[in-house]
Amino acid sequence: MRTLDALIVESPVFKGLDQDQLELIAGCASNTVFAAGERLFREGDQADTFFLIRHGLVALDAYVPNRGQLTVETVGPGEIVGWSWLLPPHRWHFTGRAVDLVRAVQFDGACLRKKCDEDPVLGYDLITRFAQVLVSRLQATRLQLMDVYGDRHD
Amino acid sequence: MPSKGTNEPAVLAAEDLDALIDALRDEGYRVVGPTVRDGAIVYAELGAASALPAGWTDEQAPGSYRLARREDGALFGYAVGPHSWKQELLPPRVRLWQTRRQQDGGFVVDEEPPPPEPTAFVGVRPCELAAIEIQDRVFLGGRFRDRDYAARRSDVFLVAVDCGDPSSLCFCTSVGGGPGATEGFDLALTELLDGGHRFLIRPGSPSGEAVLQKLPVTAASDADLEEARLVVARAARDMEGRFDSTDLHDLLLRNLESPQWDAVAERCLTCGNCTLVCPTCFCTHVEDANALDGSTAERTRVWDTCFSVQYAEMHGGNTRPTPRARYRQWLTHKLATWEDQFGSIGCVGCGRCIAWCPVGIDIREEVRSIRAEEEEHAHA
Amino acid sequence: MATATTEPASALRGSMTPLPYRVVRKRRENHDNWTLELEPVADAIDPIAPGQFTMLYAFGVGEVPISTSGDIEAAGTTLVHTIRAVGAVTKALCAAGPGDVLGVRGPFGNTWPIEAAQAHDLVLVGGGVGLPPLRPAIYHALAHRSDFGKIVLLYGGRTPEDLLFRKELERWRGRLDMDVEVSVDSAGSGWSGNVGVVTKLIPAAPFDPDDAVALVVGPEIMMRFTAQALIDRGLPPERIWISMERTMRCGVGLCGHCQLGPTLICRDGPVYRWDELAPLLGVQEL
Repeated sequence: MRTLDALIVESPVFKGLDQDQLELIAGCASNTVFAAGERLFREGDQADTFFLIRHGLVALDAYVPNRGQLTVETVGPGEIVGWSWLLPPHRWHFTGRAVDLVRAVQFDGACLRKKCDEDPVLGYDLITRFAQVLVSRLQATRLQLMDVYGDRHD
Repeated sequence: MPSKGTNEPAVLAAEDLDALIDALRDEGYRVVGPTVRDGAIVYAELGAASALPAGWTDEQAPGSYRLARREDGALFGYAVGPHSWKQELLPPRVRLWQTRRQQDGGFVVDEEPPPPEPTAFVGVRPCELAAIEIQDRVFLGGRFRDRDYAARRSDVFLVAVDCGDPSSLCFCTSVGGGPGATEGFDLALTELLDGGHRFLIRPGSPSGEAVLQKLPVTAASDADLEEARLVVARAARDMEGRFDSTDLHDLLLRNLESPQWDAVAERCLTCGNCTLVCPTCFCTHVEDANALDGSTAERTRVWDTCFSVQYAEMHGGNTRPTPRARYRQWLTHKLATWEDQFGSIGCVGCGRCIAWCPVGIDIREEVRSIRAEEEEHAHA
Repeated sequence: MATATTEPASALRGSMTPLPYRVVRKRRENHDNWTLELEPVADAIDPIAPGQFTMLYAFGVGEVPISTSGDIEAAGTTLVHTIRAVGAVTKALCAAGPGDVLGVRGPFGNTWPIEAAQAHDLVLVGGGVGLPPLRPAIYHALAHRSDFGKIVLLYGGRTPEDLLFRKELERWRGRLDMDVEVSVDSAGSGWSGNVGVVTKLIPAAPFDPDDAVALVVGPEIMMRFTAQALIDRGLPPERIWISMERTMRCGVGLCGHCQLGPTLICRDGPVYRWDELAPLLGVQEL
């Protein structure tokens, strides 16, 4: 069983953290498991956690009247779910559902925010890392929005 | 004394030009050449030499074409008119094939037979010879040949006439051409006016020699040869400096985002006149049509223009919706990417697109502006 | 006669003349895509290769360019084409059934560089109706499995209902010697696969970027994003190949419509190396 530290520092978003930073972050983390179909969080709920997926697929769902439940994205191993913990109003924008068995490292966002207030250098580093996550997700989402497959012609 | 069986240039008196037309007709050719109609010199079937535009010249400027009277009776004393020989080799509408349904649900395709009559083109300018050669590369030089073009082309007899009176819009010497015909013809004429109205006539092929032997020609003197040389030299000198074609291909492809394209787009009506009169523009589209009862169908090839909005339409949109993009496509194709596609520049410097543009866009000016803009930018 | 090199027009069937082909099988792939299998009524066209296309003619309606999408080695003279019904001609083609006769001209265009991919990992990325032109390359690679390293197929569609060749995808996914990942842009309940753009599948895809060749087909913007994601993963641009599309009328380089700058797509393409075409795709409205 690998340690929490090892799992965290292996992930793309936390790669290169020094030992001190790692300890600070790991102090707010714990291992967690979700069974297939289980809900990780609900749209509208207070967002004080985020997840680093280790295994399995998490679907981000929205309920749309007349269309039912829509999955807007799935997030897999190595990826982060949740950034609403970082910035107010700290609310989940989608519902998170485990598509299959999901193992994740769960982070206490409130705990991390407090540590960032105390250690601005750590705070700046985390913001930078999460900004990168956001940017690459935004690019992907924009491409998704373009609905390009509707235009392919023969 | 008639000179027979040699490659030497000979002299044909102007009043004997009908002998040439008759000889061509005797060989089975339908003769097409220049004639005045509707205020322009156009190409039409010629009955006799009397139909030629004797004593007429053209005065051309951007957006302007006028006929004017000459003081002499020159038969070919003009530059070029709105027609080009592509209307014979690549007619505006050609049915390619017809098809009819069969009992078993299949269909049979009947290709259109080749045109019945071989044609002689009389009065082909050297720039037009160049244009024909350029279209030969497109239609005959690739992996797939154009069947209809090949058929018409193989039956053509070309009588070239050197240029003695380029218009102010001509710039053939700037794009690798010149006012004297050097190759690609069956017979070439140079009109001489001093010391008697006559033509220096020289063969360019065995077919040309065969026709030449039937004509009442006399031997060409040194004076005749010198006068002919001067006609061409003077025409070439008149066109000097008309167009700077240095580094033309790369210049245009370096400047695909030049603000000049926006400037010309403000004026261009995308009417496509330039593509209609251009002797090398070859774009076509096909129309598929069927009879109302669905039993027969046919396909027709029709002239198209890259200026039309539909040209770049696909399901899902249009890749060149703006006039800016379409003008850029035409000019960069003609002067730059044609070379990448077919191995030679697409323009022959005939100036037709300049004369027949309703707003007088001058491609020489457009290139000059792009060059100047690039230079200005570089020193900014 | 002057400088033209010509030959008697009657010697060749004109390049604009279609050959009759009969529909022998028709399969519906999804709500607006059908696969037709065609056999020559009499004369056949020259053998077609992966990446090439034919011009398919619906009697009296018109013609469209369609890539070959079948198992070429197994098919013999049978042509396999997967068509999306979007306009008058494609709707007419998709309305044809077994026994109906269509016209075929071809084969036209160049081919996927399958030989160049031998001994390398083969990565195929398809978006939407970009999968059919890749399918012949997949069949070829599977039929000559030991010639290639890993074979990885990444396929993106709009929704699960839009996915093409679903049964075949599942069969390929079940193979031990091929990796298949599928993603859709959006999904309702009932889909437990990936949701997101196909480029998201690239970072974790099991190929070696130092030793892979990628074939990419889809809408132009998808191909641009995909090429960039592959390059970000470490695949050199010279080993990424795409299949281009533009307005096409004749398919034989004689009508001018399919030009993209210096290239004629029907003649020099539709398969292009990414680094050679990327600069042209970067010029808006070229």
